[in-house]
Amino acid sequence: MSLIRAAKPQGTGARVGDAARASGAVVLTDVVKRYGRGPGAVTALDGVSLRVEPGSFTCLLGASGCGKSTLLSLVAGLDDLTAGSIDDVERPVAMMFQEPALFPWLTVAGNVELALRVRGVGRAERRQRAAELLDTVRLEGFAHKRPHELSGGMRQRVALARALAQDASVLLMDEPFGALDAMTRDILHDELERIWRERELTVLFVTHNVREAVRLGDQVVLLSSRPGRVLNVYDVAMDRPRRIDSAPVANLAAEITDALRAEVSRHAG
Amino acid sequence: MATAVKGVEKAVERRHHEIPPVDDEEQAAGRASRPRGKRRLGPGKAIPFGYLIGPLLLLGVWFWGSAAGWIDPRVLTAPWTVATTAWDLWESGRLGPDLLVSARRFAFGLAFGVGAGLVLALVSGLSRWGEAIVDGPVQIKRSIPNLALLPLLLLWFGIDERMKIITIALGVLIPIYLHTHNGLRSIDGRYAELAETLRLGPAAFIGRVVLPGALPGFFLGLRFAVTASWLSLVVVEQVNATSGIGYMMLLAGTYGQTDVIIVGLVLYGLLGLGSDAIVRIAQRRVLSWRRTLED
Repeated sequence: MSLIRAAKPQGTGARVGDAARASGAVVLTDVVKRYGRGPGAVTALDGVSLRVEPGSFTCLLGASGCGKSTLLSLVAGLDDLTAGSIDDVERPVAMMFQEPALFPWLTVAGNVELALRVRGVGRAERRQRAAELLDTVRLEGFAHKRPHELSGGMRQRVALARALAQDASVLLMDEPFGALDAMTRDILHDELERIWRERELTVLFVTHNVREAVRLGDQVVLLSSRPGRVLNVYDVAMDRPRRIDSAPVANLAAEITDALRAEVSRHAG
Repeated sequence: MATAVKGVEKAVERRHHEIPPVDDEEQAAGRASRPRGKRRLGPGKAIPFGYLIGPLLLLGVWFWGSAAGWIDPRVLTAPWTVATTAWDLWESGRLGPDLLVSARRFAFGLAFGVGAGLVLALVSGLSRWGEAIVDGPVQIKRSIPNLALLPLLLLWFGIDERMKIITIALGVLIPIYLHTHNGLRSIDGRYAELAETLRLGPAAFIGRVVLPGALPGFFLGLRFAVTASWLSLVVVEQVNATSGIGYMMLLAGTYGQTDVIIVGLVLYGLLGLGSDAIVRIAQRRVLSWRRTLED
């Protein structure tokens, strides 16, 4: 029984051409991102190819400086590629950060409604949709609170509700639970998994927490550092919902951690 | 390590023995003073009407000094004389109209100055070209005192109300511009990123992110602006005017009426303090989303 299969890094762009054009897919082909010019230029990403199936959950894992966040802004279309291509992304995508997740001067409902307002949703409908979304993330009754009155976990719930308000098929998450305690994070994993399945979202989830990646991902993409390249793609064929402290999760996490550690020490040495 | 731990234990033991038995009364006192030992690094809770304490203290010293005869009434009129003079001026119908004229100049000057400063700060804060064009001239104006500009403004705009309001607005514009611009540029860049991911348009970005984000700076500027407006008013009214509190004081000066001058000064002080208090109350209301040492 092979629960875990370590796939080879996806190679050249040749096999990307026949990609299914379903909504919510993300196909990266030889993506290069360089900042600056001349000798001072920094290559953040160097030939990253990756296929994200519609409705799948992909975790991007790597040491700091591996260009995970750069990759997300490229997918979001917030930044331009130096070379390569990103296809099939149904934009606009929804995005969620660790900090600052919310505008502090708006109420909880105001933050969620902002995403709706941009899409031209009328006032009454906005109010109703925001209430529904806050319901979805189990924050009913907090609509009129300000962000500073909420705990970190609750703030991330609001951020999630706002991301959902964008009604995008692709959700990009940049270490969204990085600043939370283990218990809160565990609960939010369950919530995120539930919402992801209910709404059939395609999720790209950046983290440096290996167990979190294995807990959540259908595939875990291990990136190298400076420049960022795909080192390995792990398909996680475990039943859901998974427990972050279960043996299969821990085993695969240990395997990936070893690979990550080797990569990090290669750079340190 | 083990010996070190033992040593500490011994020290604790010894100290324990050294503590003399305390009676109930002392123990109660110790408990009562415990909250004082719990020190907080912030300034602590707000004192109700605390902003009035300093001015009242000042008034007290003035009162006491005059009553005790330490202050020569020819140098500084006693507060009760000032009060009766103010009342007489009001009764005779001299103070009311002057006050109204001054208040009107203050309000118009402030309104135009705030409007202009805000627009310039937005133009300069949101676009590099705007900054290149606007920022320099504002900084130049900043280093030229209004008093030095006055002769020129007189030539350009005459001696009517327009000239006075423009002069006041010029004084108000500077702090509004500086602090709003600074507040705007200090908005966390990640909020702009957040706005981009939400696909906010320029109008929504300005309305929902830039303006609220720059509000703390704007309010600081407004406090300076209110003061600047009163200061410019004094200058304008004492240099060329035939009405207003400043003119009243100028006239009193030529007749040696110290009490009337002091009435004018007290009025300026009260109006300044009052308008600052209004701005601060508004500030606290509007910026309730912030968590600072102020709360």
